[in-house]
Amino acid sequence: MKGGSRAAPTADAPGGREDTGSPRLMSEWLDMTACQMKAAMAAGRTTSRELVAASLARIERLDGRIGAFLSTRDEQALAEAEAIDRRRAAGEPLGPLAGVPVAVKDNLCTADGLATTCASRMLENFRAPYNAHVVERIVAADGVIVGKCNLDEFAMGSSTENSAAGPTRNPWSLDCVPGGSSGGSAAAVAARMVPLALGSDTGGSIRQPASHCGIVGLKPTYGRVSRYGLVAFASSLDQIGPMARTAEDAALLLGVIAGHDARDATSVAEPPPDYAAAMDAVDVSRLRIGMPREYFGEGLDAEVDQLVREAIRTFAEAGAEMVEVDLPHAPYAVAAYYLVATAEASSNLARYDGVHYGRRASEHAGLVDMYSRSRAEGFGDEVKRRIMLGTYALSSGYYDAYYLKALKVRRLIKRDFDRALEQVDCLMGPICPTAAFRFGEKTEDPLQMYLSDIYTISANLATIPGLSVPCGRTSAGLPVGLQILGGVFSEGLLLGAARWLERARGGEGGDALGRPAILDEEGAA
Amino acid sequence: MSDERSVRLVVGLEVHVHMKTRTKLFCSCATSFGDPPNTHCCPVCLGMPGVLPVMNREAYRLGVMTAMALGCTINERTKWDRKHYYYPDLPKNYQISQYDRPLGEHGRLEIETPAGRKAVRILRVHLEEDAGKLNHAPGGEECSEVDLNRTGTPLLEIVSEPDITSVEEARAYCTSLRQLVTYLGVSEANMQMGHMRFEPNINLHVTEHGETFATPIVELKNLNSFRAVERSIAFEARRQLAEWDETHRTLKAAGKTTRGYNDDTGETFVQREKEEAHDYRYFPEPDLVVVAPEASWLEALRQGLPELPLAKKDRFVREFGLGEYDAGVLTATIEMARYFEAVAAASGAPKAAANWVTQGLAREMNERGVTAESEADFPVTASHLAELVRAVESGTINKQAGDKVLHAMIDTGRTAGAIIEAEGLAQTSDAGDLDRWIEEALAANPGPAADYRAGKKQALGRIMGHIMKASKGKANPRLVTERLEKKLSE
Repeated sequence: MKGGSRAAPTADAPGGREDTGSPRLMSEWLDMTACQMKAAMAAGRTTSRELVAASLARIERLDGRIGAFLSTRDEQALAEAEAIDRRRAAGEPLGPLAGVPVAVKDNLCTADGLATTCASRMLENFRAPYNAHVVERIVAADGVIVGKCNLDEFAMGSSTENSAAGPTRNPWSLDCVPGGSSGGSAAAVAARMVPLALGSDTGGSIRQPASHCGIVGLKPTYGRVSRYGLVAFASSLDQIGPMARTAEDAALLLGVIAGHDARDATSVAEPPPDYAAAMDAVDVSRLRIGMPREYFGEGLDAEVDQLVREAIRTFAEAGAEMVEVDLPHAPYAVAAYYLVATAEASSNLARYDGVHYGRRASEHAGLVDMYSRSRAEGFGDEVKRRIMLGTYALSSGYYDAYYLKALKVRRLIKRDFDRALEQVDCLMGPICPTAAFRFGEKTEDPLQMYLSDIYTISANLATIPGLSVPCGRTSAGLPVGLQILGGVFSEGLLLGAARWLERARGGEGGDALGRPAILDEEGAA
Repeated sequence: MSDERSVRLVVGLEVHVHMKTRTKLFCSCATSFGDPPNTHCCPVCLGMPGVLPVMNREAYRLGVMTAMALGCTINERTKWDRKHYYYPDLPKNYQISQYDRPLGEHGRLEIETPAGRKAVRILRVHLEEDAGKLNHAPGGEECSEVDLNRTGTPLLEIVSEPDITSVEEARAYCTSLRQLVTYLGVSEANMQMGHMRFEPNINLHVTEHGETFATPIVELKNLNSFRAVERSIAFEARRQLAEWDETHRTLKAAGKTTRGYNDDTGETFVQREKEEAHDYRYFPEPDLVVVAPEASWLEALRQGLPELPLAKKDRFVREFGLGEYDAGVLTATIEMARYFEAVAAASGAPKAAANWVTQGLAREMNERGVTAESEADFPVTASHLAELVRAVESGTINKQAGDKVLHAMIDTGRTAGAIIEAEGLAQTSDAGDLDRWIEEALAANPGPAADYRAGKKQALGRIMGHIMKASKGKANPRLVTERLEKKLSE
């Protein structure tokens, strides 16, 4: 499924620069954040072409071992970078992402000739005739899309093991999963192939891989970002969001993609704020932080518990007030989620029938047989499992007991958050009960896999924003994220608190964690 | 046994009406008919991955208007639902429809039957998207062609309660509904283009020995003409009675089946038995939001509703003193009613205007095979016809001359005044001319003149006939009569 003909990147380029403050190796450009890259380009210290070439070169060198990308657009990306460099040289106004390499999850439609596969055999040759709203926004902001990232098939999974193209590996430990479903996007950012990537989050699919890969991931408020062109998994839960190494970079990308789109009826009309200003307005010493009792109970790994509590203590030491809060319906979130999400998925995926596009079984006996063979061949086990669960939940005679009841639980969960957030400004807790697990550890037990989403899915059910920011590494060296949850449209607050933690920990984003060893292996190579 | 038996036909109708919107229900593709296949589609109506529907507000407005005109309670919060079934003409394999919160519920449609007026209760009115079309086995090959031009075009579904008890009522219901949606401008309701599709639910209530049994309900799919509605219901009534006599199977035992109708044979045939019935797995469409219009918007829409057909008909009878039949002809279409009212107002003679429209003009249009569906269908403009009505009413020309003038107006497009002038058709009221014609007539008809004087008043007709002939119809008959009577009584 990988792009076949990648151009040989100019890996030998700008070694040994004279001017101080510039990286000596081209790959070192990639240690910069997107904001730093922008400044360096503006100051004439580097060019978009140089950055994009560095990005493609690192993908070329490392992605054979990591598997973050399903496709790349080498020549096109370089041509776009050069065009932006020319416009910059001519003094033309440029967008907020001008020249920065960006990756997008492969469930976002792109009309540039790359396939949009959703990591499924069903869509392995599907080329969308339209760009997703977020892709349009990145292009309009002069970002350079270098490629599309791996995911669990149709975003269904928590480990990126359910990809028809094979799994993505965690850059911090190649034996471990990167989390999922946006595992490719998270690994691409963690391995510093790109500073920015888009993911999608239906039950934690941005935040959990961000936590496992030691980066920042934000699921915005439902409706904040248009879903037009995001291949739907569960329409009432899906939301696109930024993944980056720092909160500031995440805010930069969020500012580009947020806002109303008439093509998505669920997109909100309220204009997004200036996120940089909103981050600056956060005063940690006056913050009231809620710790949900239900998020620190049984099942939470002791090391994760300790790292998360330490991070929260950092806020308390700076004067933030800590309040224990209750989310009494939290224990029912997983059950409600897997009814709502699978019901919607069973409906959303009905269109993949082999008639109009996508995989069609080559041999079949009539229409119904063609449907069932095409779907049997095209979908992986987890997708089939969820379609069957959802179909069952919506069936006559079961609807009231399952789907309708799940909607009621969903309202109660939302009410829990409304009440908790009346007392505090935001909630903090773990993203996932454990750090990244090893390949195959949970694939035989789907229920264990589903339960690993226990702390993230409530935000989707309640439509509120949630963020993961690195708060340390386990003794095994695996990153752990702190989850920050807030009321609707509180993205600025979440990003501001995350940036404060990054600085308090002595470095922004991944820098406080150190660098994944694989990067140094690359440097030595 | 048959002597003690009574049989009652019970019919409820589901009617799908194609709406007259410029674009489809959830995307901006044009609604079209008869264009080359797959020329009016986009990623949204093709159901491609990642696309989202956006509601067409005009379709919603027209739908609510119809529900209001049918006297429905309008739901303050309307929502959309997905109805699932697999078929190649339905690209998403679900149809966006409305399940438990339709636009409107609990209305009524008043219909006119040979036995008088009757209200048929309306169960619900809702909006949904249409599917595409399949062309099976083109050229005899083992394949089907899919045309998605129609996919996503807005359909209004109007469901009646089972209040219809005869074939005549069924027809009256269908024609009244067609009249209503055209009055509202909701649909062109062109039957040839399939703008209306009918699905009757039919069974019988058979009362034997004081006990009533309901026969299994049959739903007939996709009828597209009034004639098909009549013939298929009549056939089903006969078939179900014969089946009842044979099997005594009741609704409770057999449930509901779906049958098709063959217009060539006039017969129905089994399509789907109960056990094959679909589970549509309805659930709320998560890609669309609840529609909750402002009360002021609804009120403005209600105020803007046009006068409905039967109300208009009653007003024509009341205000203009028209007969029921004429008032019916003049309100058959809103264009006809508008035309008539324009002629009536401009001529100042509503009753005469009604006669000219229903007889002179309607006859001409009938002969030319034109139905009044738009202003352009009328062969003369309302103001031109009003001029003719005035000319006859004021005595400028007589009725016979008026018929000739109307013919000439239609043929040449000239005004009544120009034709009367050119043809010299204006009546003469000049006393000298009239007296000369009277003298001549009396001289030529001494017998009738004597008879009249002797008291045989009807003898006047012979003399009048002579005068009209001699004057080539130009003599003003009212004045001639006056003067002649005076002369004879001298």
